Amino acid sequence: MRLVAEALTVARGGTVILENVVFAVESGGALSVIGPNGAGKSTLLRSIAGLLPPLSGEVRLEGADNDAPPRESMHLLGHLDAVKSGLSVRRNLIFARDALGGEGGVSSALDRVGLGSLEELPGSALSAGQKRRLALARLLCAPRPIWLLDEPTAALDIRGQALLSELVEEHRKAGGMVIAATHADLAFGRGATLDLGLASRSVPAEVDIDA
Amino acid sequence: MTCPPAALFLRDLALARSGGAGLGVVFFLLVVTLTPFAVGPDLALLGRIGPAILWLGALLATLLGLDRLLQADHEDGGLDLIFLAPAPFELMIGAKILAHWTTTCLPLVIAAPLFGMMLDVGPETTLRVALALLVGTPALACLGTVGAALTVGLRRGGLLAPVLILPLSVPVLIFGVAACDPGRDVTGPMSALVGLALVYGVLGPIAAGATLRLLRE
Repeated sequence: MRLVAEALTVARGGTVILENVVFAVESGGALSVIGPNGAGKSTLLRSIAGLLPPLSGEVRLEGADNDAPPRESMHLLGHLDAVKSGLSVRRNLIFARDALGGEGGVSSALDRVGLGSLEELPGSALSAGQKRRLALARLLCAPRPIWLLDEPTAALDIRGQALLSELVEEHRKAGGMVIAATHADLAFGRGATLDLGLASRSVPAEVDIDA
Repeated sequence: MTCPPAALFLRDLALARSGGAGLGVVFFLLVVTLTPFAVGPDLALLGRIGPAILWLGALLATLLGLDRLLQADHEDGGLDLIFLAPAPFELMIGAKILAHWTTTCLPLVIAAPLFGMMLDVGPETTLRVALALLVGTPALACLGTVGAALTVGLRRGGLLAPVLILPLSVPVLIFGVAACDPGRDVTGPMSALVGLALVYGVLGPIAAGATLRLLRE
């Protein structure tokens, strides 16, 4: 499987934010998106997920098993964690799993992200870091091959960041792809870097993006 | 595993239970209770205008929860999650509309016969009011969701949505009250109500979905 962006140009509110962005990520690959504030990192991830249709260019998924839209193969972990205050931690995750068409175990996912003992706690009682961990649990109980992570380490403590690195590494070893707008090293190994602060805004050809 | 639209429907039901779903019925009761104070203790007059009062009360009560219908999902990232579901976005919005109708409008339909007695509305007319509300409120729920979608993200969206929706609700109100008149054949008004419910039921999720897609841009 291969995720390809060709000459991607995206606008928000009538202003062009990204122009002619080019990259390709293979199964097991990773792409780290960097750039100054306002460079369009979040915009790029949202466009890849299909939330922001591009003005021109395209994002396509090559070698997928079915004809489903690419967004159905993607997880977007954005700035907002989609945690409902009025629902318990468990109910929040059950909804997310079912809404995303997943079949994974909720309890095991919560245990993995360190929230196993907080299953019945209401979402309103969670700290920002715990809400982030709950969002990470979604990645586990509704498996999808492409993870789009927007500043995924935000609000996570050192152990949370280590957990995230583990999850990313496991996901890649299983053939998944990760595209992350982040300043942290997420065990990307020899993953490529896309710098939105540069004029070209494309992944250099010499960078190996398979691993 | 629950299918995505059903999961969203069940989640919204659970959220409504934990977040004051009975407010609409309380408001409805207040409208019905205050009316006799305004028009006086003339039972004949109350009985005559009762169906209109019940419809007006129900219409206004359906507007109460609109400010949070989509706003909460917009604010906490829930809309992104819904968009990434392996189901058409419009179908997911349809599930939200159904949940909104179940938690906001259905209690009003059930309460209407009880409140009708307070206005001295006859049993037959009360039954017609309940039936007309059952048929007509889905149209109001769809309109409300479109209004909520148009104003999501706006600071005064909760005030603006009713202003947008109420003029579009007039046909539902007219045919709804006409369908409650015991002295006439109600086939025409009831057919019109069914037609409006079907048209809004199809167009509502599509219009709300398109609006929310545009909002993301």
